[in-house]
Amino acid sequence: MVYTEAYLKEKLTKDLDAVHVEVTDDSDGCGAKFSVLIVSDKFQGKPLLARHRLVNTVLQEELKSIHAFTQKTLTVEQWNAQKS
Amino acid sequence: MNNLLRRSIFPIYANSLKLSCRSFADVPIKEKIDNIVKNNKVVVFMKGVPDAPRCGFSNAVVQIMRMHAVTYDSHDVLSDEDLRQGIKDYSNWPTIPQVFINGEFVGGCDIMLQMHQSGELIEELKKVGIKSALLTAEESKKEEVK
Repeated sequence: MVYTEAYLKEKLTKDLDAVHVEVTDDSDGCGAKFSVLIVSDKFQGKPLLARHRLVNTVLQEELKSIHAFTQKTLTVEQWNAQKS
Repeated sequence: MNNLLRRSIFPIYANSLKLSCRSFADVPIKEKIDNIVKNNKVVVFMKGVPDAPRCGFSNAVVQIMRMHAVTYDSHDVLSDEDLRQGIKDYSNWPTIPQVFINGEFVGGCDIMLQMHQSGELIEELKKVGIKSALLTAEESKKEEVK
């Protein structure tokens, strides 16, 4: 199964109530290497490990065939602070 | 009579022995990992070895450890297929590398990198009695200013 940026973006946005998601395919098209930035208030009050576990759970099936996966998980507050 | 009894019981016994062996087949790797992560303050499960990492993410973790001058126990999952799957099941984490501090799973490459950037890693190491080289460097810089 080959996944696309658009597919992952939609799934993460929906399942995590994310206000902003950036997905980058780093694989030159083989679909096995992605980095994502997810902004969601579902991360509020959760340490980094718990946030990443949450994302891993959402993409449990997908991660079986995605070989390399980099994630950044921010709350809306952290995202705004980073922008300014 | 005795012989007959033994012969008729033996297959059952042998069978149940085989069964119990099979159901315990995944216990040793879990126990093995348990021992590894509890016997060392910092443990890294990676692809390749620290002097020759065979994956960019594993290399990043090695570089972070080097910056903090942490001595750690490393295990190459590429040379042990049981460990490669076993460690993922053990920590319920889908990717390699994996870092353990004081027997606790801390995270993979992303988390280590972010903990390194935020200074959290220095604190985590301090909790287990390891002084990061970055902290030492910072202190000596302050000394100079004084």
